[in-house]
Amino acid sequence: MGRPDAIVVGGGIIGAACAYELARAGMRVLVLDAACVGGGTTAAGMGHVVVMDDSEAQFALSAYSTRLWHELEPELPRAAEVDRCGTLWVAEDDEQLEALHAKHAYYLARGVEAEVVDGADVARLEPNLRAPLAGGLRVPGDRVVYPPYVARWLVDRARDLGATVREGCAAERLEDRAVVAGGERLEADVVIDAAGVAAARLIPDLPIVPRKGHLAITDRYPGFCRHQLVELGYHKSAHTMTSESVAFNVQPRATGQLLIGSSRELVGWDASPNRSILQRMLRRAMEFMPGLARLTVIRTWVGFRPATPDKLPLIGRWPALEGVWVAAGHEGLGITTSLGTARLLADQILGREPAVDPAPFRPDRVFAPHE
Amino acid sequence: MAATPPAAAIPHEAAAPPTAGWVLHAEIAVVGAGPAGIAAASRAAEAGRDVVVLDAAPRPGGQIWRHRRREELPARARAWLERFDRSGARLIAGAQVVDAWTAADAWAAAGSRGAAPEGFRLVAEVDGERLEVAADRVILATGARELFLPFPGWTLPNVFGVGGAQALVKAGASFAGKRVVVAGSGPLLLAVGATLASQGARVAVVAEQASRAALARFGAALLLRSPGRIAQAARLRSALGGARYAVGCWVTRADGDDAVREVTLTDGRRSWTEPCDVLCTGYGLVPNTELAEMLGCGVDGGRVRVDEWQRTSVAGVYCAGEPTGIAGVDAALAEGEIAGAHAVATSGAAGTPGTAGAADDRRRLFRIRRREHGVARALERAFTLRAELRDLPRGDTILCRCEDVTRGMVDPAWSFRQAKLYTRIGMGPCQARVCGPACEFLFGWRGQTTRVPTAPAEVRTLAGESGGAGAEG
Amino acid sequence: MDTTHTEVEIEVDGRAFRVPADATVAAVLLDLGVGAFRRSVTGEPRLPLCGMGTCQECRVTIDGVAHRRACMTPVRAGMKVSTDG
Repeated sequence: MGRPDAIVVGGGIIGAACAYELARAGMRVLVLDAACVGGGTTAAGMGHVVVMDDSEAQFALSAYSTRLWHELEPELPRAAEVDRCGTLWVAEDDEQLEALHAKHAYYLARGVEAEVVDGADVARLEPNLRAPLAGGLRVPGDRVVYPPYVARWLVDRARDLGATVREGCAAERLEDRAVVAGGERLEADVVIDAAGVAAARLIPDLPIVPRKGHLAITDRYPGFCRHQLVELGYHKSAHTMTSESVAFNVQPRATGQLLIGSSRELVGWDASPNRSILQRMLRRAMEFMPGLARLTVIRTWVGFRPATPDKLPLIGRWPALEGVWVAAGHEGLGITTSLGTARLLADQILGREPAVDPAPFRPDRVFAPHE
Repeated sequence: MAATPPAAAIPHEAAAPPTAGWVLHAEIAVVGAGPAGIAAASRAAEAGRDVVVLDAAPRPGGQIWRHRRREELPARARAWLERFDRSGARLIAGAQVVDAWTAADAWAAAGSRGAAPEGFRLVAEVDGERLEVAADRVILATGARELFLPFPGWTLPNVFGVGGAQALVKAGASFAGKRVVVAGSGPLLLAVGATLASQGARVAVVAEQASRAALARFGAALLLRSPGRIAQAARLRSALGGARYAVGCWVTRADGDDAVREVTLTDGRRSWTEPCDVLCTGYGLVPNTELAEMLGCGVDGGRVRVDEWQRTSVAGVYCAGEPTGIAGVDAALAEGEIAGAHAVATSGAAGTPGTAGAADDRRRLFRIRRREHGVARALERAFTLRAELRDLPRGDTILCRCEDVTRGMVDPAWSFRQAKLYTRIGMGPCQARVCGPACEFLFGWRGQTTRVPTAPAEVRTLAGESGGAGAEG
Repeated sequence: MDTTHTEVEIEVDGRAFRVPADATVAAVLLDLGVGAFRRSVTGEPRLPLCGMGTCQECRVTIDGVAHRRACMTPVRAGMKVSTDG
């Protein structure tokens, strides 16, 4: 390959989606990954494609991305483990039920299919949830996928369109229209920092910090649950940036396995298992689903979400360097927003009219101080 | 010796992060009740230490001394088990260890302040109940498992491990009247062939992949080091009855509809089929190092690194027997004694110094250990696996039995991690204990990561909760 | 205690059997001729491989709890085992 048009630093799902998007636009793309495609945060996450409503910007990007997932779905092979299970948000009490109705109204007003179900229907839909719960909100358009496979599939499609991939190649620094990697200076008109949780190592001014999470996966219990189940209080957990938290978040995999989450901690890069928070996370799950207690866990792991101060990703031009763009900082929503991020970034690079307002995602936006 | 009922043995302790619930305290915790664990626990308990032994099997003895009734066992095994009974060590049978950590690490991970606690924590599952053990010292005697290599048909019913068949027989299964082929590599083939023949199985052939020349060199080395073993091998040969010991031969495929019916053997020049009801296949042993890795112990080349006192790289953690290098029962006993005696000398309440044993005792144990590891090195050379075995899997041959990942789905240019991410190989409940070593042989893939839990465990166990039995102690 | 002749009754796939009291579930199921302890994820019948708790091929449902290792579980009077065979 001669001089590439674009170099994507990072072969996670964000970089993979960017590579695919640019290759589809006819650009010659080089993807660099310090380890292997889909092996970082992408491999550690749940793979929940979900419309979120913490802010208008988050909603816009996640809803747009979810539509792009729906478009991609027919092309994805079985190994991508696409599960059309939808999400069931569950409310424990009347206060949460009120919030659930507000969420419902929000989705309806913006054209997202959603349905409120009462406690009895929750019990019918998900017999392994503890009864009684106050109610639930079913969002049937949400999906579950297997992220590392999808990342590799996207990179392979980019390859089909002429892209080159170098795995085990760590970028050392970015310069104007260039990446220094493996002692070599690689030039391109477009350089994208899509290094996820490591993006700030290349551009130290990026406000990205690792936010640790634990997950557990069980042996196969087909039919144990049918929706991705999330407690409505998940927002509370996902919101707070200062303290550690756990939330009930259980996902049925296409394999029949159950993925149990979730936890959030800000402890730097310590990847060792924290048994205390793992215990709390599993107990929270057992509170909602008592039948989980005697299912067998075959593996747990730790991952790092690339977190930003306002919980929105950094997508767009990095003004301090010529030809350098950023697509990073997606916290726990990177699988969902990968496709929308790539399209939004490519629109800006190629001068196309973006479908989503890029302003809230500008990497050089001014952030309010951390909560 | 009766297993201690866990519910009765577990005193109450106030719940405190990062652990909660029911904790059993011991000065020394031994994991594994095979020869190494039995020797270590006996030595330590005889010296007055409070010793708890955890073993996943219903009875002590490990693989080599697995039994249903003591009288089945050879005299030396019975003698050790009786010594173990008398030693005062508390055995908790049926206890599968699923997690282990240093108390200081857990303290730090939970963000706790102040003086870090000392010692170690082990979590086991006993009949579905969580048992947590707190100990000042840990002796890992976790043994070994078999190396299985994939070939077409190896997932058919009635294809068992070599040690696997022996374990099943010792657990009460019968192969009487069955036509059996034993194939693979290592000294275990003859021993298991003899066991099965004595049990009434019709052992057709025992096929050893190692070459006659390599075995002859080993035989010569053995005569110099340990002449008794030649006689032992000869006894096993005669116990095989009419079976042929085919050296330099290996199985290339197994066939059958609902179960294995015949196997194809080759000596590299010609191939022939052998009808059978049962195929026993195994290619030697793999050290069980997962728990050592979970505790942070250094592992080199698949073996737990230890010093002359069997100390691992983590202060307070010892390792004895096969995890430190496959060397057999005599080495395991010696290493267990060394570890047990040394743990005594470095643990316990102030004012009750233990004894590391007399100098002549120490010299004896060191001598046995040196000799046995020497024999083991010669064995390893003699039974080196031939390259042809790498070519046996075809595109549709399963490599990962948990996830049914075939040879054709993986790219040998990948790392094991890539193969896992893209194909799910090694992601099932055996946690790559079968396909991991096989892929290391086939593709040179290394670098398995050990994660919590070290064996599948119930959600409630990892949640720090017990079922009904221990809840009101 | 000599347990040679001691037997217990267990239920395998809905049928009652008298089996040796000191055997494991795996040994008993093999002697009963069970053709598949479990089905693999692509539907292949599987029997135990390692016999010592490692390979997970002998997983069966015991007293309603799925994925129990038959080779590590001693039989108990009244135990209910279900297989995929």
